[in-house]
Amino acid sequence: MVQFVDLQKKFGKLEVLKGISEEIMEGECVAVLGPNGSGKSTLIKTLLGLVLPDKGDILIEGKSILKQHLYRNEIGYLPQIAQFPENMKVKELIRMITLMREKPSNENDLIDYFGVSSFLDNTLRSLSGGTKQKINAILALMFDCKIYVYDEPTVGLDPISRVLFKNYVQQQKKDKKTILLTTHLINEVEELADRILFILDGKIYYNRSVKELISEHNETSLENAMVKMLENHSKNKAHV
Amino acid sequence: MFKIIRYSFLDILKSKLMLIYTAFFLLIGFGLLNFSSDLHKAIISMMNILLLLVPLISTVFGVMYFYNSREFVELLMCQPIERKDVFLGLYFGVSLSLSISLFVGTLIPFMFYGLSVSGQIFQFFNLMLIGVLLTFIFSILSFLISVYNKDKIKGFGYAILLLLYLSVIYDGMMLMVFVSFSDYPLENVALALSILNPIDLGRIAIVLKLDVAALMGYTGAVFNAFLGSMNGILLSIGSMALWFFVPLFFYVKKINKRDF
Repeated sequence: MVQFVDLQKKFGKLEVLKGISEEIMEGECVAVLGPNGSGKSTLIKTLLGLVLPDKGDILIEGKSILKQHLYRNEIGYLPQIAQFPENMKVKELIRMITLMREKPSNENDLIDYFGVSSFLDNTLRSLSGGTKQKINAILALMFDCKIYVYDEPTVGLDPISRVLFKNYVQQQKKDKKTILLTTHLINEVEELADRILFILDGKIYYNRSVKELISEHNETSLENAMVKMLENHSKNKAHV
Repeated sequence: MFKIIRYSFLDILKSKLMLIYTAFFLLIGFGLLNFSSDLHKAIISMMNILLLLVPLISTVFGVMYFYNSREFVELLMCQPIERKDVFLGLYFGVSLSLSISLFVGTLIPFMFYGLSVSGQIFQFFNLMLIGVLLTFIFSILSFLISVYNKDKIKGFGYAILLLLYLSVIYDGMMLMVFVSFSDYPLENVALALSILNPIDLGRIAIVLKLDVAALMGYTGAVFNAFLGSMNGILLSIGSMALWFFVPLFFYVKKINKRDF
């Protein structure tokens, strides 16, 4: 479904992506993990066309997406920080985004689902961080797309909304949607992801299913297994 | 692209700054015509104000709007819209709304004092054309500077520097050249130097149409003597068009390469 082919990117002298090749299958939910500055966000941004790779290619359903724009019709993107034009009202913003895509949208169901109907006439400036993130989620989820990209989706959400969001993603998994997720919350990975793509210094360091990661390191929880994996990495580094 | 132009256009029209900009021209227009109901003279005074104010407001507002729309732009870029369309939409939204403010604010007082029967209607519309061209030129220059500089303060600084250079320093430098080389024939040099400054080009195009010898200055007189008033106007407007299209070309080129 989504194929990264030897993706490389430099920002000035800083090499952020050092040749990432990976394929994500249809209906798969992949968690892209890694420490801060490892290149997760850059990887996601190249998929969305916000960052242009120096080398390599990205294919969706076999077609290159570099310098294209119509493929974004099939991507629902939930960015890390809610960024909106501040003077706009919530309903104006939602309407504007629905007009940008010629696709049916179910924003009204989602407005009820996340309980934000009372904020529709407020300007985005006046909303709290959590409410903004809910609006953000509505904008990402309201179209029926093949691919969804979530960049730390539940940061700033209250526990109830967090559960609501996760339930929604579970439903999407049943509907065979392809999902790319970055997060620092291990329990989210455990609940949602089929596979872990661990990125370290711009390369894929570890690429297995969640179960495999746990059993390989003889641990009972994903959190401990990940700590062990990183410990092994730093030991190896010390040996070199 | 038109959807985006519509949105940024409506967004800007709603802002207070645009209201103040229109009101300012209304006030100046009525003020000038109140002192002397001679439309010809009022157009000349309006020209002086416009040549100073339009580049200033277009530059400052252009830079401000570009940096303030970062969120809006990033949101749009995740939609199935071409990059070029997002950024051109933003640019045309800004320059169109500034132009409309200028046009409406100036037209109302002049109409009120009988522009349509005064015989000055072509002079007036020539003035407006130059005002609109200057708006488009200085907005694209400020957008171009902004897209090359991720740092807001730097971008703002460069834009103001360029404006200062074109509206103040340039005249001084020209005067220095003319004084130092006054023994040589300078007509061609003057012609070439004016083409390098859109504000001077705008002034020449207006003055040639108004046909006021006293206001022409050296460069205006050269345009008039070499080309006659009609060709002079055409050359200056043509050169102004270049001042619009060349930065626009580099703007689109940079947009297609930049990371966000």
